[in-house]
This record gives sequence, structure tokens and C-alpha cells, in this order.
Amino acid sequence: MLRFVVSRVVMMAVTALCLTFIVFALTNLPPNLEKLAKFEAGSRISDEEVASWLARNGYDRPTLLRYGEWLGVLPGWTRADPDTGEVTGRCLSREQSAAGAAEAEADGALRPPRFCGILQGDWGESTVFKVPVLDVVGRSLALTGKLMFWVMVVMVPGALLLGVLAGMREGSRLDRGLSTVSIATTATPEYVSGVVFIAIFTSSAVGLRWFNGSATSAMDDATFQNFTLPVLTIALYGMGYIARMTRASMTEVMTAQYIRTARLKGVSFPQVVLRHALRNALIAPFTVIMLQFPWLLNGVVIVEALFNYKGFGWTLVEAAGNNDIELLLGVSVVSVIVVLVTQLISDIGYAYLNPRIRLS
Amino acid sequence: MDPLTWTGALGDWLDPVLAVAAALFGVAALASVLAGLVLPAPALAVNPDGTLAVRRNLRSWVDAGLRGAFAFLILVVLLYLAGGLLLPYGDAGIVGAMVRRFLPVWIALALTFALSIRFKRRLGLYGKLFDSTVGMVGFGLVMFWVFTALFVGLFDLIATHDPLAAVSGLKNKPPGVPVPGADLPAPGAHYLLGGDNLARDVFSRMVHGSWIVVQIAPLATVFSFMVGITLGLPAGYHGGRLDAVLSFLSNLILAFPVILLFYLLVTPEIAETGIPSYMAVGLFLFPILFVGVLLWSRYRTDPRRAATLMVPTLLVLTWLYLSLVSQAETPIRFMGPLDLFDVPGGILVVFVSVVFVNSPTVFRIVRGLTMDIKTRDYVAAAQTRGESTWYVMLWEILPNARGPLIVDFCLRIGYTTILLGTLGFFGLGLPPDSPDWGSTINSGRQLLSVFPHPALVPAIALLSLVLGLNLLADGLREESLKD
Repeated sequence: MLRFVVSRVVMMAVTALCLTFIVFALTNLPPNLEKLAKFEAGSRISDEEVASWLARNGYDRPTLLRYGEWLGVLPGWTRADPDTGEVTGRCLSREQSAAGAAEAEADGALRPPRFCGILQGDWGESTVFKVPVLDVVGRSLALTGKLMFWVMVVMVPGALLLGVLAGMREGSRLDRGLSTVSIATTATPEYVSGVVFIAIFTSSAVGLRWFNGSATSAMDDATFQNFTLPVLTIALYGMGYIARMTRASMTEVMTAQYIRTARLKGVSFPQVVLRHALRNALIAPFTVIMLQFPWLLNGVVIVEALFNYKGFGWTLVEAAGNNDIELLLGVSVVSVIVVLVTQLISDIGYAYLNPRIRLS
Repeated sequence: MDPLTWTGALGDWLDPVLAVAAALFGVAALASVLAGLVLPAPALAVNPDGTLAVRRNLRSWVDAGLRGAFAFLILVVLLYLAGGLLLPYGDAGIVGAMVRRFLPVWIALALTFALSIRFKRRLGLYGKLFDSTVGMVGFGLVMFWVFTALFVGLFDLIATHDPLAAVSGLKNKPPGVPVPGADLPAPGAHYLLGGDNLARDVFSRMVHGSWIVVQIAPLATVFSFMVGITLGLPAGYHGGRLDAVLSFLSNLILAFPVILLFYLLVTPEIAETGIPSYMAVGLFLFPILFVGVLLWSRYRTDPRRAATLMVPTLLVLTWLYLSLVSQAETPIRFMGPLDLFDVPGGILVVFVSVVFVNSPTVFRIVRGLTMDIKTRDYVAAAQTRGESTWYVMLWEILPNARGPLIVDFCLRIGYTTILLGTLGFFGLGLPPDSPDWGSTINSGRQLLSVFPHPALVPAIALLSLVLGLNLLADGLREESLKD
């Protein structure tokens, strides 16, 4: 078991490195950097000025080298301007470069750290929000965490109930009805159900004004009125999928020998379902629920954009749309890690729950 | 000209009937589900001659009631259709006018269903689809949109207006608004489903949107299947280091949140660097590889036949490939006058990224199926006969994996449709005035709570298509498991 866990963790670390490198390379392509230079130094600058701005800010060196610095395993660059003698560097703040490296050397308190990457907790500064990336990511993660918590509260019990009810008597009317419902929810992407919900429950055209069409106020104070629609929209899409997995697993368990034995012994049907079948039927859905996280992340981005809820997904859209490289990198790192960690938990949890795998 | 109401004069007496029919059906369905939980199943009695008879009880009556209510509901819906087709323009309202516009689609659907049901015993799995209600409903929905797309895209039939042209004064107008200047009550005199925020016809944009989806989604899914199969078969069959490397790569792509990948790949900056074009060069090579290996492994013992089959096929495919890859205004441009067609830049990027996102999942499915099937006896028999590895993979294993693959193919077209909608929803890739459903939902969502119809119409269209594909897949799965 320990070997299994260790090998999974090592695999996860390698995957995370590869993925972050891909994101780093894709966000630091020459056109992106040129756009960044124009954003920072004025949109009408010439090509030479762009090149010199990039050189002054350390963007002109090989991608792999800069990835190492960004990660914090290579020492940050420093550069003395040949004309003015001004020293700039990755790990130097603005005041330090103004004060000059020599003074910084002399004054121990101002000595910049050698390494400053995300491993050291230095995630850079967002060019759009003008605050450290870590602050933006932390705040938006907390908001999205709140959303996800309520999504889980609605989605998981609902999906399990749907699946167990449908799967306990395969082929019955109830099964067919509930299966159609779960197919319908998997066929409804968030941007469709969200639009339909807003049109029905908030618009003046229909007249039912039960909920709010925007969740901006839910960021500080989530109420039933402003938080129901976003939560429902995300929960609905994932629900059908989990319900179908639960149903498949439940029907399989219900045909097992030991269920028949229990029935023949005279145990009542509700007792068989609750006592004998349920626990074994819930192993497979557990994995599925954990693996839903990458999908939920999709839903989060769509729903936060649709309902204007300034969480993690909204931040991703803003960062990508405004070429905010550092922020986009930070968001990507977090989302990649969230996905990988849930995969890890799902693998280990599955092995733990299923004795056939645990013992082999 | 008066604005149209939803159901016109026909609706005055048919709408209450529809309400009654729907309520009856709802009550009957609920009663049937409850009866299934509470009441015992109808008892079987053995007759003296050995045959079985069902003794009817309350539950069988409830079930019969449900069937009756369903038939009544269908009858009412058919009346709406007939009213739309037979009554003069305007008397059956918006619904009638739309039904009339879709006339070619109804004819094509009726023909398809009549022929398929007539010959269903000879049509294999496709024919069996017509034994399951769910499968038929799904197939009907899918074919409705396919026919709509074909008639719109190829014959320019169904749409009433130009999807890109604005008529001044119709901005955000509700469904059924008359077009200024139109005097005769004829098709085109109204915006059937209203105008959008740029005063364009919502109905025409919706039907034109189906053409974009039907062009991209199935083709992109076919390409991802080619990539997934070509890589998944050897990975599952040989295992070992090849499998480890390919699985690692596919897990890498799968661990990427799809939206992040889209935001990284489908941007003007990336298109500028030519990365999507290079990816297209790689990904679109797989169909040629696939077809080449498929034919060669089958006919390699008969070089003459192999040559006559493979040379023309590969020549055509290569030419298509080169025309597809070589695009004006990208770094890869070499075909000159031999270039058959140019895909608009945005569409190519969208296509490539959708294929890229889908193929790892297909790879995993194919790999799993191969690992399962390679232990069967017929595979061992082929190996003993001395067949080549690729022959075993493509002509022994792949045909026996077709059931789950066909089902997944249907599901995956639906998923691709959802992905295309997502791209449009975020305004990535496709041009902003494109009538595809995602972009239309995106442009309609700003004023959603005041004017819901411009976003609602494409949303329901997309929902019905994806629902149809999922029901179709469910029906296929059910029928293929019956063997």
C-alpha cells in the first residue's frame, strides 16, 4: 500500500512539473510578451523599444531557464543596464533596484533572496489587479470553495438517491423515468441550464422573480435568493453523471448472489437495499465523485462568468482575457494541483475501499 | 401586418386540449411510478393447456392508462403539426409558421423512419434501434437537426432571413414581430422567434447555427477516434514501455482543465505563432496512417490488390490532408493553386483543439477494450495463423470492440457539441457574429433578464441535439447488450 501511494505521489509530481511547464511555455510565447510590453510601457512603442523592455525585464532569455527561475529552483536573474548602470533583477523589488545593488550588498537588510519562485511563495504580481497574485488567488479560491461546498451538498446526496432508486429495480418504470431524468441533466451544459434558469426565474418577461440573476452579492452574503441558481446550475450537470454511475453499480450489486440469498432468507426489500446492497454499491460512485472535480472546474468557470461571481473561474477568465501572465500562471498551478490531488485521493481511496485491490 | 401569437386561431381551442393532455400524462406517469413501488406485479396464471395468462390487477390498469395518456398527448402534438402544415400562413401562429418552414425536414424524417422500420430486420444494430422507444426518440431528435443543417447549409431552405442581416427597428423585439415593409402574410413577413440585440432574426440564426455544429462536431469526433484508435490499439496490445509513455501523455492532457486548455490554445496570439497549424499537421496525419495500415495489413499478401486499393486512396487522402494543412495566412502555406479549400482560420483552431481534448479519452477507452479482448481465443487463433500484429489489432480486435465504441461515439459527438458551445460562450475562436449556438447564447446573455428569447432559443436547440445524441447512445447500448 505504501509503495502504491509513493509511486502515485511521484507520478503526480512529474505530471505537475510537465503541466506547469506547458502552461509556462504557452503563456510566455513571443506574441504574449510583446502584448505585455505594450501594456506596461505604452501601446505605441516601436519594435526596438519592445525588445529593450523585454531585455530590461529579463524576458529575453530561454524559456527553460526562466521556467526554473519562476519555479524557484534556479537563482533569479540580475542585470545591470549598460547605459545607466541601473540594476534590475527578478528578486529585486522596485525600491531595491532604485537604491542600487551595491548599497543593497552593503546593507544586509536589503539583500535580495537568491531564489524567488512559486516554491518560495513569490507568485509575482498581477498586472491587471495590481496586487500580488497570491492574494487574488487566495481570495477567489475562498469564494469558489463556498460555491463548491454548496454544490457538493446539493449534488452528491441528490445523485446518490437518484442512482440508488433507479438501480434497485432494473427495468421498472421508476428506473426508466429516473434514467431519462439523469440523461437529460447530463445533456444540459451549464451555459444552457443557467440561461434557462435565469430566463424562467429572474426575468421580467416570465414574471417569476424568485431568485437573483446575479450572484455578485452572494460573495459577501450568500442567501437563498442569490445563491440558489448558481449552485443548482453546476450541481445539475454533474448530478446526472454520478447518478448513472451509481445506478450501474447498484444494478450490478442487486444481481449478486448474496443479495439473492438475503431475499430468499426472507429479508424485506427495503432492508436488502439499505443493509446489504448500498454499501457495496457506493464504492464506484466515490471514485466518480472525486474525478468530477476537473469537470466541476469547467462548470465553475462558466457559472461564475454567467452569474458574475468573482471566484476562481472568473479570475481565470479575467487573467486569460487580459494577458495577465503571472496571474494566469498562478491560477493554472492551483487548478492543475487541485485536479491531480483529487485524482490521487480517488486512486488511494478506491484502493482502500475495495479489498480486492488493497490486498493484491 | 399584425404580430403573430404563439398558436394563432388554432390555439384558441387546441391550447386547452394540450394542457389537459399534458396534465393527464403527468398524473398517469406519477400514478404508474407509485403503483410500481406499492402494488404487486400482475400475477401469472397457468392455463390447463400449459400456456400462461396474465391476470390483470390495478397495476396493469394504471399502466394502460399511462399508455393511453401518452398516445393522447402525441395526438395533440400531431394536430399542431397538421394545423401548421394545412392552415394558411398566420392562422396557426408562430408554431404553425415554424412547422411549415421545417416541411422538408418532416418529409425527410418521415421517409427515413418509414424505410428504416420497413427494413429493420435487415439493418443490423441500426435496425434494432427501432425496437426501443428511447433510441427512436433520440434518433429522431438527432436526424431532425442533421436534416435541418443539410437543408439550410446546402439548399438554403429553412431560414426566413439572412442570419447576418439586421432589419432596423426589430432590435430585441419579441417573437412573432412583423418585419416592416412586408405586406403579404407570407413566410418572411415576421421574425418568427423575434430579433436579437443587433436586430437579426433569431430563428434564422438558430437554424444556421445547426449547420456549423453538424459540420464540425461529427468530423472532429471522427478525427479524435482515428487518433485514439491508432494509438490505443498498440498501447493496449503491446503494453510495456510504449503503453507507459502513451498513457502518461494522455493523462497529462486529461489533467488539464478543458477551459484552461482552450484559453491557452484558442487565442489570436497562439494562432499567430502557428502552434495550432503545427498541431493540425500532426493530428490530421493519423487518419492517413490509420487507413494506410488498415488496408496494408489486410492485403499485404496480395500486393497487386493492395496497390490498386491503396495508391488511389492514399493519394486522395494525402491531397485532402495537404489542402487542409496548408492554409492562407498561417506559417504553413505551400500548396499554391493545388490547394482545394481553405478552412477559415478560427474554425481550424477550434477543430484542432477539440480533437486534441477528445482523443486522450478515446485512447483510454480503446486501450482498455484492447487489453480485455486480446486474451480471447480468436486473437490467439489469429496469432497462431501467423497474422501480422497490425492485422490482429485492426481486423480481429477492433471489430469486436465496436459496440462500446459506437455508443461512445454518439456520446462524444454530444460532448463535442457542448465543447463547441463552451468555446462560443467564451467568444473563443469563432468570429463574434457567427450564428453558432454558443456565440449566440453569449451575445444574448447580457440582457437575459429583460429579453430572454435571443439566448433561450439557441440554448434549447443545443439542449435538444445533445439530449437526442445521449438518448440515441442509450438506446444503442440497450439494444447491443441484448445480443
